[in-house]
Amino acid sequence: MFNLTIDGRAVEVPEGSTILDAARAAGVHVPTLCHLQGQRAVASCRVCVVEVEGEPYPVPSCSTPAREGMAVTTDSEQLLAWRRTALDLVIADHGLNSTNYCFSCEKNGACELQAVCRELGVEEPGFPAREASEPVVDANPFLSYDPNLCIRCQRCVGACNEAARNHTLRAGKRGLRTTIEAPFGPAWRATDCESCGNCAQACPTGALVEKRRAGYRSWETKRVRTTCPHCGVGCQLDLVVRDGKVVDAEAADGPSNRGMLCVKGRSGSFDFVASEDRLTTPLVRNAATGELEPATWDEALDLVARRFSELKERHGGESLAAFACSRSTNEDVYLFQKMARTVLETNNIDSCARV
Amino acid sequence: MGAVVERFMRRVEATPPGDCPVATQLSLLQAGIAQTCGKCVPCRDGLPQLARMLKRVLACEAGEDELSRMRALAEMVRATSDCAIGYEAANALLEGMDSFAAEYESHVLEGRCQAGVSQTLPCETLCPAHVNVPGYIALVAAGRNADAVNMVRKDNPFPTACAFVCEHPCEERCRRILLDAPVNIRGIKKYAVDHAPADRVPNLSRSVDTARTVAVVGGGPSGLTCAHFLARMGHRVTVFEAREQLGGMMRYGIPAYRFPRERLDQDIRGLLQAGTITVRCGEEINAERMRDIAGFFHAVYVAIGAQGGKTLRMDGADAEGVMSAVEMLGRIGDGDYPDFTGKDVVVVGGGNVAMDCARTSVRAGAASVTVVYRRRKEDMTALPTEVEAAVAEGVEMTVLMAPDSIEVDEAGHCTALIAQPQMIGPVKRGRPAPVAAKKPKERIKADVVLIAVGQDVVAAPFEEFGMQTTWGCFDADDKLRAAGMEGIFVGGDCQTGPSTVINAIAAGKVAARNIDEYLGYHHTLRCDIDVPAPVANDRTPTGRVEVEERPARERKLDYKSVEGGMSEEEMLQECGRCLRCDQFGCGLLDEGRVQYV
Repeated sequence: MFNLTIDGRAVEVPEGSTILDAARAAGVHVPTLCHLQGQRAVASCRVCVVEVEGEPYPVPSCSTPAREGMAVTTDSEQLLAWRRTALDLVIADHGLNSTNYCFSCEKNGACELQAVCRELGVEEPGFPAREASEPVVDANPFLSYDPNLCIRCQRCVGACNEAARNHTLRAGKRGLRTTIEAPFGPAWRATDCESCGNCAQACPTGALVEKRRAGYRSWETKRVRTTCPHCGVGCQLDLVVRDGKVVDAEAADGPSNRGMLCVKGRSGSFDFVASEDRLTTPLVRNAATGELEPATWDEALDLVARRFSELKERHGGESLAAFACSRSTNEDVYLFQKMARTVLETNNIDSCARV
Repeated sequence: MGAVVERFMRRVEATPPGDCPVATQLSLLQAGIAQTCGKCVPCRDGLPQLARMLKRVLACEAGEDELSRMRALAEMVRATSDCAIGYEAANALLEGMDSFAAEYESHVLEGRCQAGVSQTLPCETLCPAHVNVPGYIALVAAGRNADAVNMVRKDNPFPTACAFVCEHPCEERCRRILLDAPVNIRGIKKYAVDHAPADRVPNLSRSVDTARTVAVVGGGPSGLTCAHFLARMGHRVTVFEAREQLGGMMRYGIPAYRFPRERLDQDIRGLLQAGTITVRCGEEINAERMRDIAGFFHAVYVAIGAQGGKTLRMDGADAEGVMSAVEMLGRIGDGDYPDFTGKDVVVVGGGNVAMDCARTSVRAGAASVTVVYRRRKEDMTALPTEVEAAVAEGVEMTVLMAPDSIEVDEAGHCTALIAQPQMIGPVKRGRPAPVAAKKPKERIKADVVLIAVGQDVVAAPFEEFGMQTTWGCFDADDKLRAAGMEGIFVGGDCQTGPSTVINAIAAGKVAARNIDEYLGYHHTLRCDIDVPAPVANDRTPTGRVEVEERPARERKLDYKSVEGGMSEEEMLQECGRCLRCDQFGCGLLDEGRVQYV
């Protein structure tokens, strides 16, 4: 453990902590932009710079290891000036004209850049702003990337490579300019991109977004914590609900998913809730007409029980197989196989839970 | 102004690997613009227009038509400029457009740099074996020398050899050059192996046995490196070495005063601990034996080096007293030291091997030692420090002198080298070429003439076996698979031609990786050494600590190591100069590192 002080407050942190970790432990707020909790710091934005006694220059708190005896200052006129200048430089390159100064941006109100600018009192770029001119990359059905809004913090690169280990979204170069090579162009099918959307969740701005984000404003919604209804991993997610209707899903920091989701959890776990095609009652096929007709649960279950029993008696349990839906919970699948073995007397059991 | 120019030079020298060539070209062009005197139109007005266009190309805003307009203007500036400031600036641009045509094309057609353009850690990238340099420097500074040795060994099983004789390409673009001078990386590594001998540091863990067998033909740096990594992966390796002992040119080429034998043995003992390695010395491999080996083992790595000394075709070349450098240094490797007491020795050549011969001759008691070289001293391919060390030990550098013939007495013994004076001439293939001067031939008295003009690969037995060669070197693809052969890999000097120890090591490592894949595996090798966290850069310009050497008058009397080592305080200061590029700048990015897993 290391003992240090943050703005005069004593704090003890485990070895391997950063100054930012220590500040949070001490209850001191340090503004950040490129930092993403749980991901290796890239330390590119300089918004989280702090002063360390004895050091001639400020250091980024997100990447600088805490050391024994450090005396850190997180708030001073000079630090504020530097942070503001850093943000000035970032928003000068943020293609503000393409969103009418945020007005038409899908992330308006949920943008981390906007929030930290507001916090530090940066209201307009102090440097000549770059005009947005690059085409949006959006052939992928779920995701789109607008290079004009990209602040090249590289959080998405870390999310795709370090966190999700997909290695499909990379940083590239256009001469002196760092670019994000988002695999959402016309050839998106040929890439290894799984459309998991962890990059979009990592993006602090409106550059890299889930397309359905256009359908709602964040302030119109509330979040409901739940468990993903797909496979048995048990990922935690927040359903984004507007007017009683689920409009989006966001990863929550669960013990098994740690803030990540796969494409099914993020984009395939809620549309069906309000689907017109959902069954509301059991259907039994009319042997005479061949049509499916509504039935009661008792009628349907009796039919199934009777027919299965007949088949088992005539051909033996091995003639039957049990196949469980991947959307069932672990507990349900367990009971299902138990029933198959003891009641149907078959070991022919499978499930499609192979995400 | 001088200080600014010096700074500018250091900035250029520290150009990091991976930069976009178009960007570097623009910097060069802009330096040209700053130098124009403002008199003539092509240079005064043409260069800024070229820069404007090049900026657009760099930003991927220009089309192909603009590229051809730029070329046309550059050709005009080159053709019509009054002085070199103008025409050389345009010439550099035009040559760059040809050399980097693919990059220009990518900018105008694809709207991006070519894949792979991305800045990476200078030291780690330029080390052919991609050793984690900042990592081991931090470990040495933390007093963890054994961990430092293993951090090197993760990528290079010869930490000691490279501490003594590596040409340290890692230092070439060291970011520290921006402040003062490159970090003495080799010196720091030497401190580590001096304080944690490689054979006393337990080797890194190995994977489980695979029961796959691999033969390595040649026990030099490349073969042993390959054996080491294959053994760590769990394969069973047999090394066949023609000579009596392992080490290749590190034992039979490099003299002991540069790399003491007992230190080489430490590396070899250390790497043989890596796993199942069987060593069979004294077994020369002919074509038939090679066929047996290829039939018996699952894969073979041929790394036989370049063991044949090149000869010069001239009268008297077969006289007694004339021998190749390889022959003399090879005998020394097995302890057969020559006695040149009272003799005049002439060494022909200007490479590191020539310096090795010259300095060995001094130690063998020669009355005089003269290096005869057909170019100038600055054109010698030997490291400048090697030339300087030879001069300090009393070796005479006779330059611009081409061997013509050898004078032989009646007994058939050589008495002198007859040489034709040269004049330095135009640059050919990047180096100034000598031309015969209108001067009479000179006689340089010589009882012994050592020919150090390069080495050949002794490829014949392997050609007979079926391997292909071009200009005497084995043909292989980028995975080091021998051309037209199944399961045979080839690398090191015998594939590239004579080169450095670290290049041989790098080839061995690449071969091991590809043999592993060929055998159907994809091993990742664990290295659980945590690298100490960095402290903020010390920006104070500080001199580079050099490794101390014994005084020339003492060291030239014996074959003991010339070099000493850094003291602890020197080591700490030198490690403190490292800017920890692994933790600052691009080193924090995924694509900023060149690390094998």
